[in-house]
Amino acid sequence: MLEDLLDVVKLRFNVNSASDAEKDGEKDEKKENPVEIPKDLAFKCPRCLNMIMTDELVKNLKVCPECGYHSRISSEERLNLTIDKGSFIEFDKDMVSKNPIDFPGYDVKQSELREKTSLKDAVITGECKIRGIRCVIGIMDSRYMMASMGSVVGEKITRAFEYGAEHKLPVIMFTASGGARMQEGIVSLMQMAKTSGAVAKLSEARQLYIAVMTDPTTGGVTASFASLGDIIIAEPKVVIGFAGRRVIEGTIKQRLPDDFQTSEFMLEHGFVDIIAERKTMRRTLAHILKLNGYKPAEEV
Amino acid sequence: MEMNNKLTPPERLDLIRDKDRPTVRDYIPMIFDEFIELHGDRYYGDDRAIIGGLASIKGIPVTLIAEVKGRNLNENKESNFAMPHPEGYRKALRLAKQAEKFHRPVICFIDTPGAFCGVEAENRGQGEAIARNIMEFMTLKTPVISVVLGEGGSGGALALGVCDKLAVLENSIYSVISPRGFASILWKDGGREREAASIMKITAEDMLELGVAEEIISEPFGGAQNDPSETAENISEFLLKTLKEKMAIDIDVLLNERYTKFRKIGEFEEQ
Ligand SMILES: [Zn+2]
Repeated sequence: MLEDLLDVVKLRFNVNSASDAEKDGEKDEKKENPVEIPKDLAFKCPRCLNMIMTDELVKNLKVCPECGYHSRISSEERLNLTIDKGSFIEFDKDMVSKNPIDFPGYDVKQSELREKTSLKDAVITGECKIRGIRCVIGIMDSRYMMASMGSVVGEKITRAFEYGAEHKLPVIMFTASGGARMQEGIVSLMQMAKTSGAVAKLSEARQLYIAVMTDPTTGGVTASFASLGDIIIAEPKVVIGFAGRRVIEGTIKQRLPDDFQTSEFMLEHGFVDIIAERKTMRRTLAHILKLNGYKPAEEV
Repeated sequence: MEMNNKLTPPERLDLIRDKDRPTVRDYIPMIFDEFIELHGDRYYGDDRAIIGGLASIKGIPVTLIAEVKGRNLNENKESNFAMPHPEGYRKALRLAKQAEKFHRPVICFIDTPGAFCGVEAENRGQGEAIARNIMEFMTLKTPVISVVLGEGGSGGALALGVCDKLAVLENSIYSVISPRGFASILWKDGGREREAASIMKITAEDMLELGVAEEIISEPFGGAQNDPSETAENISEFLLKTLKEKMAIDIDVLLNERYTKFRKIGEFEEQ
Protein backbone atom coordinates (compact mmCIF):
# COMPACT_ATOMS: atom_id res chain seq x y z
CA MET A 1 0.00 0.00 0.00
CA LEU A 2 2.78 2.39 0.94
CA GLU A 3 4.44 1.52 -2.32
CA ASP A 4 1.33 2.63 -4.19
CA LEU A 5 1.11 5.93 -2.41
CA LEU A 6 4.74 6.65 -3.10
CA ASP A 7 4.32 5.82 -6.77
CA VAL A 8 1.40 8.10 -6.95
CA VAL A 9 3.11 11.00 -5.25
CA LYS A 10 6.19 10.60 -7.37
CA LEU A 11 4.14 10.65 -10.51
CA ARG A 12 4.47 13.85 -12.45
CA PHE A 13 1.42 15.02 -14.29
CA ASN A 14 1.64 17.00 -17.44
CA VAL A 15 0.16 20.39 -16.61
CA ASN A 16 -0.70 21.32 -20.19
CA SER A 17 -2.93 18.36 -20.74
CA ALA A 18 -5.11 19.48 -17.84
CA SER A 19 -6.32 22.49 -19.73
CA ASP A 20 -6.95 20.40 -22.84
CA ALA A 21 -9.16 17.99 -21.00
CA GLU A 22 -10.98 20.91 -19.49
CA LYS A 23 -11.66 22.56 -22.83
CA ASP A 24 -13.40 19.43 -24.04
CA GLY A 25 -16.00 19.52 -21.34
CA GLU A 26 -17.51 22.76 -20.13
CA LYS A 27 -17.50 25.78 -22.36
CA ASP A 28 -19.51 28.15 -20.23
CA GLU A 29 -16.85 29.21 -17.77
CA LYS A 30 -15.63 32.39 -19.42
CA LYS A 31 -18.09 35.06 -18.33
CA GLU A 32 -18.65 33.98 -14.77
CA ASN A 33 -15.25 34.90 -13.44
CA PRO A 34 -14.52 38.59 -13.22
CA VAL A 35 -10.95 37.85 -12.20
CA GLU A 36 -9.11 36.42 -15.16
CA ILE A 37 -7.13 33.37 -14.21
CA PRO A 38 -5.06 31.93 -17.02
CA LYS A 39 -6.57 28.65 -18.13
CA ASP A 40 -3.59 26.48 -17.45
CA LEU A 41 -3.27 27.81 -13.91
CA ALA A 42 -6.74 26.94 -12.73
CA PHE A 43 -9.39 24.29 -13.24
CA LYS A 44 -13.08 24.85 -12.79
CA CYS A 45 -14.66 21.76 -11.31
CA PRO A 46 -17.73 20.84 -13.37
CA ARG A 47 -19.37 19.28 -10.29
CA CYS A 48 -18.93 21.87 -7.53
CA LEU A 49 -17.96 24.78 -9.82
CA ASN A 50 -15.06 25.74 -7.56
CA MET A 51 -11.90 27.10 -9.15
CA ILE A 52 -8.98 24.89 -8.22
CA MET A 53 -5.40 25.90 -8.83
CA THR A 54 -3.89 23.47 -11.30
CA ASP A 55 -0.87 22.56 -9.19
CA GLU A 56 -3.16 21.76 -6.28
CA LEU A 57 -5.32 19.60 -8.56
CA VAL A 58 -2.30 17.81 -9.95
CA LYS A 59 -0.97 17.13 -6.47
CA ASN A 60 -4.33 15.57 -5.67
CA LEU A 61 -4.13 13.21 -8.70
CA LYS A 62 -6.51 15.53 -10.57
CA VAL A 63 -9.27 14.83 -8.08
CA CYS A 64 -11.20 17.91 -7.01
CA PRO A 65 -10.13 18.61 -3.39
CA GLU A 66 -13.47 20.31 -2.72
CA CYS A 67 -15.96 17.67 -3.85
CA GLY A 68 -14.02 14.55 -4.83
CA TYR A 69 -14.87 14.71 -8.55
CA HIS A 70 -12.39 12.52 -10.40
CA SER A 71 -11.52 14.64 -13.41
CA ARG A 72 -10.41 13.31 -16.77
CA ILE A 73 -6.81 12.25 -17.15
CA SER A 74 -4.86 11.09 -20.18
CA SER A 75 -4.38 7.41 -20.98
CA GLU A 76 -0.68 7.86 -20.29
CA GLU A 77 -1.31 9.30 -16.84
CA ARG A 78 -3.76 6.50 -16.13
CA LEU A 79 -1.25 3.88 -17.19
CA ASN A 80 1.42 5.34 -14.91
CA LEU A 81 -0.97 5.33 -11.98
CA THR A 82 -2.15 1.80 -12.51
CA ILE A 83 0.49 -0.60 -13.74
CA ASP A 84 3.95 -1.77 -12.70
CA LYS A 85 6.52 0.60 -14.13
CA GLY A 86 7.94 -0.54 -17.44
CA SER A 87 5.59 -3.51 -17.75
CA PHE A 88 3.43 -2.20 -20.61
CA ILE A 89 3.63 -3.90 -23.98
CA GLU A 90 1.33 -1.97 -26.29
CA PHE A 91 -0.89 -3.71 -28.86
CA ASP A 92 -1.80 -2.29 -32.26
CA LYS A 93 -0.25 1.07 -31.60
CA ASP A 94 -0.19 2.16 -35.22
CA MET A 95 -3.80 1.38 -36.04
CA VAL A 96 -5.67 4.29 -37.57
CA SER A 97 -9.20 4.63 -38.84
CA LYS A 98 -10.27 4.95 -42.44
CA ASN A 99 -13.35 6.89 -43.42
CA PRO A 100 -15.95 4.12 -43.79
CA ILE A 101 -18.89 6.31 -44.79
CA ASP A 102 -16.78 8.96 -46.57
CA PHE A 103 -17.85 11.53 -44.03
CA PRO A 104 -16.79 15.00 -45.18
CA GLY A 105 -13.83 16.34 -43.19
CA TYR A 106 -13.33 13.22 -41.07
CA ASP A 107 -9.83 12.50 -42.41
CA VAL A 108 -8.66 16.06 -41.84
CA LYS A 109 -10.15 16.22 -38.37
CA GLN A 110 -8.37 13.02 -37.45
CA SER A 111 -4.96 14.03 -38.71
CA GLU A 112 -5.27 17.32 -36.82
CA LEU A 113 -6.19 15.49 -33.63
CA ARG A 114 -3.37 12.98 -34.06
CA GLU A 115 -0.96 15.85 -34.29
CA LYS A 116 -2.43 17.71 -31.33
CA THR A 117 -2.79 14.78 -28.93
CA SER A 118 -0.10 12.48 -30.31
CA LEU A 119 -2.72 9.72 -30.00
CA LYS A 120 -3.73 7.58 -32.97
CA ASP A 121 -7.28 7.12 -31.73
CA ALA A 122 -9.25 7.06 -28.49
CA VAL A 123 -7.94 3.91 -26.79
CA ILE A 124 -4.63 2.31 -25.92
CA THR A 125 -4.46 -1.42 -25.23
CA GLY A 126 -1.75 -3.79 -24.21
CA GLU A 127 -0.42 -6.34 -21.79
CA CYS A 128 1.00 -5.28 -18.44
CA LYS A 129 1.52 -6.28 -14.84
CA ILE A 130 -0.24 -4.95 -11.78
CA ARG A 131 1.73 -5.83 -8.64
CA GLY A 132 3.34 -8.56 -10.65
CA ILE A 133 0.08 -10.01 -11.96
CA ARG A 134 -0.12 -10.26 -15.74
CA CYS A 135 -3.23 -8.78 -17.32
CA VAL A 136 -4.57 -7.12 -20.45
CA ILE A 137 -5.42 -3.45 -20.09
CA GLY A 138 -7.34 -0.96 -22.19
CA ILE A 139 -7.61 2.75 -21.44
CA MET A 140 -9.88 5.12 -23.31
CA ASP A 141 -8.77 8.72 -23.72
CA SER A 142 -11.40 11.44 -23.86
CA ARG A 143 -9.02 13.91 -25.51
CA TYR A 144 -9.56 12.11 -28.81
CA MET A 145 -13.07 12.93 -30.09
CA MET A 146 -14.52 12.40 -26.61
CA ALA A 147 -13.32 8.80 -26.86
CA SER A 148 -16.19 7.98 -29.18
CA MET A 149 -16.16 4.40 -30.48
CA GLY A 150 -15.34 3.95 -34.13
CA SER A 151 -13.56 1.20 -36.06
CA VAL A 152 -10.22 1.55 -34.27
CA VAL A 153 -11.63 1.65 -30.75
CA GLY A 154 -13.88 -1.31 -31.57
CA GLU A 155 -11.12 -3.35 -33.17
CA LYS A 156 -8.48 -2.70 -30.51
CA ILE A 157 -10.85 -3.48 -27.67
CA THR A 158 -12.08 -6.61 -29.41
CA ARG A 159 -8.50 -7.79 -29.96
CA ALA A 160 -7.67 -7.10 -26.32
CA PHE A 161 -10.51 -9.34 -25.14
CA GLU A 162 -9.57 -12.01 -27.68
CA TYR A 163 -5.96 -11.86 -26.46
CA GLY A 164 -7.14 -12.33 -22.89
CA ALA A 165 -9.24 -15.33 -23.93
CA GLU A 166 -6.41 -16.89 -25.90
CA HIS A 167 -3.67 -16.33 -23.33
CA LYS A 168 -5.86 -16.91 -20.27
CA LEU A 169 -5.36 -13.44 -18.88
CA PRO A 170 -7.77 -11.16 -17.05
CA VAL A 171 -8.84 -7.97 -18.84
CA ILE A 172 -9.20 -4.52 -17.27
CA MET A 173 -10.93 -1.79 -19.28
CA PHE A 174 -10.91 1.84 -18.18
CA THR A 175 -13.94 3.20 -19.99
CA ALA A 176 -14.66 6.80 -20.96
CA SER A 177 -16.72 7.77 -23.95
CA GLY A 178 -19.22 10.18 -25.38
CA GLY A 179 -20.71 7.19 -27.21
CA ALA A 180 -20.74 6.26 -30.87
CA ARG A 181 -18.38 7.86 -33.40
CA MET A 182 -21.02 9.67 -35.46
CA GLN A 183 -18.61 10.19 -38.35
CA GLU A 184 -18.43 6.43 -38.90
CA GLY A 185 -22.20 5.98 -39.02
CA ILE A 186 -23.59 2.46 -38.80
CA VAL A 187 -20.04 1.03 -38.74
CA SER A 188 -19.65 2.67 -35.35
CA LEU A 189 -22.88 1.06 -34.09
CA MET A 190 -21.63 -2.36 -35.11
CA GLN A 191 -18.57 -1.96 -32.85
CA MET A 192 -20.97 -2.41 -29.94
CA ALA A 193 -21.78 -5.90 -31.21
CA LYS A 194 -18.15 -6.69 -31.94
CA THR A 195 -16.83 -5.67 -28.52
CA SER A 196 -19.69 -7.29 -26.60
CA GLY A 197 -19.18 -10.50 -28.55
CA ALA A 198 -15.52 -10.41 -27.55
CA VAL A 199 -16.52 -10.03 -23.88
CA ALA A 200 -18.50 -13.25 -24.31
CA LYS A 201 -15.37 -14.94 -25.71
CA LEU A 202 -13.38 -13.94 -22.63
CA SER A 203 -16.20 -15.19 -20.46
CA GLU A 204 -16.24 -18.55 -22.25
CA ALA A 205 -12.49 -18.78 -21.57
CA ARG A 206 -13.39 -18.23 -17.88
CA GLN A 207 -11.22 -15.16 -17.50
CA LEU A 208 -12.07 -12.16 -15.36
CA TYR A 209 -13.18 -8.87 -16.87
CA ILE A 210 -13.05 -5.76 -14.69
CA ALA A 211 -14.62 -2.61 -16.15
CA VAL A 212 -13.54 0.67 -14.55
CA MET A 213 -15.91 3.46 -15.48
CA THR A 214 -14.33 6.91 -15.60
CA ASP A 215 -15.59 10.31 -16.66
CA PRO A 216 -17.74 10.19 -18.78
CA THR A 217 -18.98 6.69 -19.63
CA THR A 218 -22.05 7.14 -21.79
CA GLY A 219 -23.98 6.10 -24.90
CA GLY A 220 -22.92 3.13 -26.97
CA VAL A 221 -20.00 2.27 -24.71
CA THR A 222 -22.30 2.07 -21.68
CA ALA A 223 -24.68 0.04 -23.86
CA SER A 224 -21.95 -2.47 -24.72
CA PHE A 225 -18.69 -3.68 -23.14
CA ALA A 226 -18.55 -1.12 -20.29
CA SER A 227 -21.67 -2.56 -18.66
CA LEU A 228 -20.61 -6.18 -19.10
CA GLY A 229 -17.79 -6.46 -16.57
CA ASP A 230 -17.84 -9.38 -14.14
CA ILE A 231 -16.92 -6.63 -11.72
CA ILE A 232 -17.71 -2.99 -12.41
CA ILE A 233 -15.76 -0.28 -10.59
CA ALA A 234 -16.46 3.43 -10.94
CA GLU A 235 -14.39 6.45 -10.00
CA PRO A 236 -16.29 8.79 -7.63
CA LYS A 237 -18.59 11.54 -8.91
CA VAL A 238 -18.13 10.79 -12.61
CA VAL A 239 -20.87 10.75 -15.24
CA ILE A 240 -22.23 7.31 -16.14
CA GLY A 241 -25.36 6.82 -18.20
CA PHE A 242 -26.91 5.86 -21.49
CA ALA A 243 -28.81 8.88 -22.78
CA GLY A 244 -27.40 12.38 -22.69
CA ARG A 245 -28.55 14.45 -19.76
CA ARG A 246 -29.64 17.30 -22.01
CA VAL A 247 -31.63 14.98 -24.23
CA ILE A 248 -33.59 13.76 -21.22
CA GLU A 249 -34.05 17.27 -19.84
CA GLY A 250 -35.36 18.30 -23.25
CA THR A 251 -37.93 15.50 -23.17
CA ILE A 252 -39.19 16.02 -19.63
CA LYS A 253 -38.81 19.82 -19.75
CA GLN A 254 -37.23 20.09 -16.33
CA ARG A 255 -33.80 20.12 -14.78
CA LEU A 256 -32.51 16.81 -13.49
CA PRO A 257 -30.99 16.55 -10.01
CA ASP A 258 -27.21 16.98 -9.84
CA ASP A 259 -26.60 13.41 -8.75
CA PHE A 260 -28.50 11.92 -11.73
CA GLN A 261 -26.21 9.65 -13.80
CA THR A 262 -23.30 9.72 -11.36
CA SER A 263 -21.23 6.82 -10.06
CA GLU A 264 -23.13 7.10 -6.79
CA PHE A 265 -26.47 7.00 -8.64
CA MET A 266 -25.36 3.90 -10.54
CA LEU A 267 -24.25 2.19 -7.33
CA GLU A 268 -27.57 2.97 -5.69
CA HIS A 269 -29.46 1.56 -8.68
CA GLY A 270 -27.44 -1.64 -8.72
CA PHE A 271 -25.30 -1.14 -11.82
CA VAL A 272 -21.88 -0.69 -10.22
CA ASP A 273 -20.11 -3.01 -7.76
CA ILE A 274 -17.56 -0.69 -6.19
CA ILE A 275 -16.77 3.00 -6.15
CA ALA A 276 -13.01 3.31 -5.76
CA GLU A 277 -10.89 6.42 -5.48
CA ARG A 278 -8.08 7.00 -7.91
CA LYS A 279 -5.43 6.76 -5.20
CA THR A 280 -6.61 3.27 -4.25
CA MET A 281 -7.39 1.96 -7.75
CA ARG A 282 -4.18 0.05 -8.30
CA ARG A 283 -4.48 -1.60 -4.89
CA THR A 284 -8.16 -2.41 -5.49
CA LEU A 285 -7.45 -4.00 -8.87
CA ALA A 286 -4.55 -6.05 -7.52
CA HIS A 287 -6.70 -7.23 -4.64
CA ILE A 288 -9.55 -8.34 -6.91
CA LEU A 289 -7.15 -10.10 -9.28
CA LYS A 290 -5.59 -11.93 -6.36
CA LEU A 291 -8.92 -13.08 -4.94
CA ASN A 292 -9.82 -14.37 -8.39
CA GLY A 293 -6.80 -16.65 -8.25
CA TYR A 294 -4.40 -14.69 -10.46
CA LYS A 295 -0.86 -14.84 -9.11
CA PRO A 296 2.18 -12.65 -9.71
CA ALA A 297 4.26 -13.91 -12.64
CA GLU A 298 7.53 -15.42 -11.54
CA GLU A 299 10.44 -13.04 -11.38
CA VAL A 300 12.84 -13.50 -14.25
CA MET B 1 -33.51 -8.58 -55.94
CA GLU B 2 -35.03 -6.10 -58.34
CA MET B 3 -35.38 -2.48 -57.22
CA ASN B 4 -38.26 -0.62 -58.71
CA ASN B 5 -38.16 2.60 -56.75
CA LYS B 6 -34.76 4.09 -56.13
CA LEU B 7 -35.68 6.84 -53.73
CA THR B 8 -33.27 9.27 -52.13
CA PRO B 9 -32.55 8.82 -48.40
CA PRO B 10 -34.75 11.80 -47.36
CA GLU B 11 -37.59 10.44 -49.52
CA ARG B 12 -37.26 7.11 -47.74
CA LEU B 13 -37.38 8.96 -44.43
CA ASP B 14 -40.77 10.35 -45.49
CA LEU B 15 -41.95 6.96 -46.62
CA ILE B 16 -41.14 5.13 -43.41
CA ARG B 17 -42.96 7.83 -41.47
CA ASP B 18 -46.04 7.54 -43.67
CA LYS B 19 -48.93 6.88 -41.33
CA ASP B 20 -50.08 4.07 -43.60
CA ARG B 21 -46.79 2.19 -43.58
CA PRO B 22 -47.62 -1.27 -42.25
CA THR B 23 -46.33 -2.12 -38.77
CA VAL B 24 -45.58 -5.49 -37.26
CA ARG B 25 -49.17 -5.66 -36.03
CA ASP B 26 -50.30 -5.68 -39.66
CA TYR B 27 -47.72 -8.23 -40.70
CA ILE B 28 -48.11 -10.80 -37.94
CA PRO B 29 -51.49 -12.22 -39.10
CA MET B 30 -50.30 -12.18 -42.70
CA ILE B 31 -46.99 -13.98 -42.06
CA PHE B 32 -47.66 -16.33 -39.12
CA ASP B 33 -50.23 -19.12 -38.82
CA GLU B 34 -50.45 -18.60 -35.08
CA PHE B 35 -49.21 -16.20 -32.44
CA ILE B 36 -49.49 -16.41 -28.68
CA GLU B 37 -48.24 -13.27 -27.02
CA LEU B 38 -46.21 -13.67 -23.83
CA HIS B 39 -45.83 -10.76 -21.46
CA GLY B 40 -43.34 -9.32 -19.03
CA ASP B 41 -39.67 -9.41 -18.17
CA ARG B 42 -40.21 -11.14 -14.78
CA TYR B 43 -38.31 -8.30 -13.03
CA TYR B 44 -40.26 -5.12 -13.39
CA GLY B 45 -43.06 -4.96 -15.93
CA ASP B 46 -44.36 -5.47 -19.42
CA ASP B 47 -43.03 -3.00 -21.96
CA ARG B 48 -45.52 -2.45 -24.77
CA ALA B 49 -42.85 -1.11 -27.12
CA ILE B 50 -41.66 -4.69 -27.63
CA ILE B 51 -44.02 -7.60 -28.04
CA GLY B 52 -43.04 -11.22 -28.13
CA GLY B 53 -44.30 -14.74 -27.96
CA LEU B 54 -44.75 -18.09 -29.61
CA ALA B 55 -45.57 -18.22 -33.28
CA SER B 56 -45.50 -20.56 -36.19
CA ILE B 57 -44.69 -19.87 -39.80
CA LYS B 58 -45.83 -22.53 -42.29
CA GLY B 59 -45.84 -24.99 -39.41
CA ILE B 60 -42.37 -24.13 -38.08
CA PRO B 61 -42.52 -23.04 -34.42
CA VAL B 62 -40.53 -19.90 -33.71
CA THR B 63 -40.15 -17.26 -31.02
CA LEU B 64 -41.20 -13.86 -32.28
CA ILE B 65 -39.87 -10.60 -30.84
CA ALA B 66 -40.83 -7.25 -32.32
CA GLU B 67 -40.62 -3.53 -31.76
CA VAL B 68 -44.06 -2.06 -32.23
CA LYS B 69 -44.90 1.18 -33.92
CA GLY B 70 -48.45 2.39 -33.44
CA ARG B 71 -50.83 2.93 -36.33
CA ASN B 72 -52.50 5.85 -34.60
CA LEU B 73 -51.93 8.11 -31.62
CA ASN B 74 -53.55 5.74 -29.14
CA GLU B 75 -51.49 2.78 -30.26
CA ASN B 76 -48.40 4.96 -30.24
CA LYS B 77 -49.09 6.10 -26.71
CA GLU B 78 -49.41 2.50 -25.66
CA SER B 79 -46.19 1.43 -27.37
CA ASN B 80 -44.31 4.63 -26.49
CA PHE B 81 -43.69 5.28 -30.21
CA ALA B 82 -41.69 2.04 -30.33
CA MET B 83 -39.04 3.34 -27.96
CA PRO B 84 -38.40 0.52 -25.48
CA HIS B 85 -37.50 0.76 -21.81
CA PRO B 86 -35.05 -1.69 -20.21
CA GLU B 87 -37.89 -4.08 -19.35
CA GLY B 88 -38.64 -4.40 -23.06
CA TYR B 89 -35.12 -5.58 -23.80
CA ARG B 90 -35.19 -7.85 -20.77
CA LYS B 91 -38.45 -9.40 -21.95
CA ALA B 92 -36.86 -9.96 -25.35
CA LEU B 93 -33.90 -11.68 -23.73
CA ARG B 94 -36.12 -13.84 -21.55
CA LEU B 95 -38.03 -15.04 -24.60
CA ALA B 96 -34.84 -15.59 -26.57
CA LYS B 97 -33.41 -17.74 -23.78
CA GLN B 98 -36.67 -19.70 -23.74
CA ALA B 99 -36.34 -20.22 -27.47
CA GLU B 100 -32.81 -21.51 -26.99
CA LYS B 101 -33.99 -23.94 -24.34
CA PHE B 102 -36.68 -25.41 -26.58
CA HIS B 103 -34.63 -25.28 -29.80
CA ARG B 104 -36.85 -22.75 -31.52
CA PRO B 105 -35.40 -20.20 -33.93
CA VAL B 106 -35.88 -16.53 -33.01
CA ILE B 107 -37.31 -13.98 -35.42
CA CYS B 108 -36.84 -10.29 -34.53
CA PHE B 109 -38.57 -7.38 -36.21
CA ILE B 110 -36.79 -4.06 -35.75
CA ASP B 111 -38.73 -0.83 -36.01
CA THR B 112 -37.65 1.87 -33.56
CA PRO B 113 -36.31 5.40 -33.55
CA GLY B 114 -34.12 4.24 -30.64
CA ALA B 115 -34.20 3.14 -27.03
CA PHE B 116 -36.21 5.50 -24.84
CA CYS B 117 -34.21 8.35 -23.30
CA GLY B 118 -35.77 9.13 -19.95
CA VAL B 119 -35.33 9.15 -16.20
CA GLU B 120 -37.05 5.82 -15.57
CA ALA B 121 -35.07 4.15 -18.35
CA GLU B 122 -31.81 5.36 -16.78
CA ASN B 123 -32.93 4.33 -13.29
CA ARG B 124 -33.51 0.80 -14.51
CA GLY B 125 -30.29 0.54 -16.52
CA GLN B 126 -31.02 1.17 -20.19
CA GLY B 127 -27.35 0.80 -21.05
CA GLU B 128 -26.99 -2.46 -19.18
CA ALA B 129 -30.15 -3.90 -20.71
CA ILE B 130 -29.00 -3.21 -24.27
CA ALA B 131 -25.45 -4.40 -23.58
CA ARG B 132 -26.70 -7.63 -22.05
CA ASN B 133 -28.94 -8.37 -25.05
CA ILE B 134 -26.16 -7.75 -27.52
CA MET B 135 -23.80 -10.10 -25.70
CA GLU B 136 -26.36 -12.82 -25.00
CA PHE B 137 -27.74 -12.85 -28.55
CA MET B 138 -24.17 -13.25 -29.83
CA THR B 139 -23.96 -16.64 -28.10
CA LEU B 140 -27.62 -17.70 -28.23
CA LYS B 141 -27.61 -21.35 -29.29
CA THR B 142 -30.43 -21.16 -31.80
CA PRO B 143 -30.78 -19.42 -35.16
CA VAL B 144 -31.67 -15.72 -34.98
CA ILE B 145 -33.07 -13.86 -37.97
CA SER B 146 -33.77 -10.11 -37.88
CA VAL B 147 -35.69 -7.87 -40.25
CA VAL B 148 -35.72 -4.06 -40.23
CA LEU B 149 -39.31 -3.09 -41.07
CA GLY B 150 -38.97 0.69 -41.12
CA GLU B 151 -36.59 2.43 -38.82
CA GLY B 152 -33.60 0.85 -37.11
CA GLY B 153 -32.26 3.47 -34.74
CA SER B 154 -29.12 3.06 -32.65
CA GLY B 155 -28.48 0.60 -29.84
CA GLY B 156 -32.22 0.32 -29.43
CA ALA B 157 -32.30 -1.50 -32.75
CA LEU B 158 -29.07 -3.43 -32.31
CA ALA B 159 -30.45 -4.97 -29.11
CA LEU B 160 -32.65 -7.06 -31.45
CA GLY B 161 -30.16 -7.04 -34.30
CA VAL B 162 -27.42 -9.46 -33.32
CA CYS B 163 -28.41 -12.29 -35.63
CA ASP B 164 -27.34 -14.84 -38.23
CA LYS B 165 -28.94 -12.96 -41.06
CA LEU B 166 -30.26 -9.41 -41.24
CA ALA B 167 -32.69 -8.34 -43.92
CA VAL B 168 -33.81 -4.78 -44.52
CA LEU B 169 -37.03 -3.79 -46.24
CA GLU B 170 -36.15 -1.87 -49.38
CA ASN B 171 -37.08 1.57 -48.06
CA SER B 172 -36.06 1.04 -44.46
CA ILE B 173 -33.20 2.82 -42.80
CA TYR B 174 -30.69 1.59 -40.22
CA SER B 175 -28.53 4.13 -38.45
CA VAL B 176 -26.23 4.83 -35.54
CA ILE B 177 -28.70 7.46 -34.35
CA SER B 178 -31.79 9.02 -35.93
CA PRO B 179 -30.91 11.56 -38.64
CA ARG B 180 -32.43 14.24 -36.41
CA GLY B 181 -30.20 13.22 -33.50
CA PHE B 182 -27.20 13.11 -35.83
CA ALA B 183 -27.85 16.65 -37.06
CA SER B 184 -28.35 17.98 -33.57
CA ILE B 185 -25.16 16.38 -32.26
CA LEU B 186 -22.87 17.29 -35.13
CA TRP B 187 -24.36 20.56 -36.28
CA LYS B 188 -26.40 21.57 -33.22
CA ASP B 189 -29.41 21.77 -35.51
CA GLY B 190 -31.94 18.93 -35.57
CA GLY B 191 -33.72 20.71 -38.41
CA ARG B 192 -31.00 19.57 -40.80
CA GLU B 193 -32.14 15.94 -40.58
CA ARG B 194 -32.73 15.54 -44.34
CA GLU B 195 -29.19 16.63 -45.02
CA ALA B 196 -28.01 14.22 -42.31
CA ALA B 197 -30.00 11.39 -43.89
CA SER B 198 -28.24 12.06 -47.18
CA ILE B 199 -24.71 11.66 -45.86
CA MET B 200 -25.15 9.08 -43.08
CA LYS B 201 -25.31 5.98 -45.34
CA ILE B 202 -28.52 4.57 -43.92
CA THR B 203 -30.27 2.89 -46.85
CA ALA B 204 -30.79 -0.81 -47.45
CA GLU B 205 -28.18 -0.72 -50.22
CA ASP B 206 -25.69 0.93 -47.87
CA MET B 207 -26.28 -1.86 -45.34
CA LEU B 208 -25.42 -4.52 -47.93
CA GLU B 209 -22.34 -2.63 -49.01
CA LEU B 210 -21.07 -2.13 -45.45
CA GLY B 211 -21.64 -5.78 -44.53
CA VAL B 212 -24.31 -4.93 -41.96
CA ALA B 213 -27.20 -6.66 -43.75
CA GLU B 214 -27.24 -9.72 -45.99
CA GLU B 215 -30.47 -9.19 -47.87
CA ILE B 216 -32.89 -6.55 -49.11
CA ILE B 217 -36.59 -7.46 -49.11
CA SER B 218 -38.32 -5.65 -51.93
CA GLU B 219 -41.37 -3.48 -51.43
CA PRO B 220 -44.17 -2.90 -53.91
CA PHE B 221 -43.84 0.10 -56.20
CA GLY B 222 -44.26 3.27 -54.14
CA GLY B 223 -43.62 1.52 -50.83
CA ALA B 224 -44.95 -1.17 -48.48
CA GLN B 225 -48.16 0.74 -47.72
CA ASN B 226 -49.29 0.35 -51.34
CA ASP B 227 -49.63 -3.39 -50.94
CA PRO B 228 -49.08 -4.70 -47.40
CA SER B 229 -49.94 -8.28 -48.34
CA GLU B 230 -47.38 -8.38 -51.11
CA THR B 231 -44.79 -7.01 -48.67
CA ALA B 232 -45.81 -9.62 -46.10
CA GLU B 233 -45.40 -12.31 -48.73
CA ASN B 234 -41.89 -11.10 -49.52
CA ILE B 235 -40.98 -11.09 -45.84
CA SER B 236 -42.48 -14.54 -45.40
CA GLU B 237 -40.53 -15.90 -48.35
CA PHE B 238 -37.28 -14.52 -46.93
CA LEU B 239 -37.99 -15.95 -43.48
CA LEU B 240 -38.84 -19.44 -44.73
CA LYS B 241 -35.81 -19.63 -46.95
CA THR B 242 -33.50 -18.37 -44.21
CA LEU B 243 -35.02 -20.58 -41.51
CA LYS B 244 -34.37 -23.65 -43.65
CA GLU B 245 -30.85 -22.50 -44.38
CA LYS B 246 -29.86 -21.63 -40.79
CA MET B 247 -31.66 -24.53 -39.08
CA ALA B 248 -29.59 -26.93 -41.14
CA ILE B 249 -26.27 -25.57 -39.87
CA ASP B 250 -24.49 -27.14 -36.89
CA ILE B 251 -24.93 -24.76 -33.97
CA ASP B 252 -21.20 -24.28 -33.28
CA VAL B 253 -20.60 -23.39 -36.90
CA LEU B 254 -23.56 -21.03 -36.83
CA LEU B 255 -22.29 -19.22 -33.72
CA ASN B 256 -18.87 -18.92 -35.23
CA GLU B 257 -20.32 -17.40 -38.39
CA ARG B 258 -22.45 -15.03 -36.32
CA TYR B 259 -19.38 -13.82 -34.41
CA THR B 260 -17.39 -13.42 -37.61
CA LYS B 261 -20.16 -11.47 -39.33
CA PHE B 262 -19.82 -8.67 -36.76
CA ARG B 263 -16.14 -9.24 -36.06
CA LYS B 264 -15.13 -8.13 -39.53
CA ILE B 265 -17.05 -4.83 -39.61
CA GLY B 266 -14.75 -1.82 -39.25
CA GLU B 267 -12.37 0.05 -41.52
CA PHE B 268 -8.86 0.75 -40.31
CA GLU B 269 -5.30 0.38 -41.40
CA GLU B 270 -2.14 -0.54 -39.59
CA GLN B 271 0.66 1.71 -40.76
ZN1 LIG C 1 -15.39 19.79 -7.28
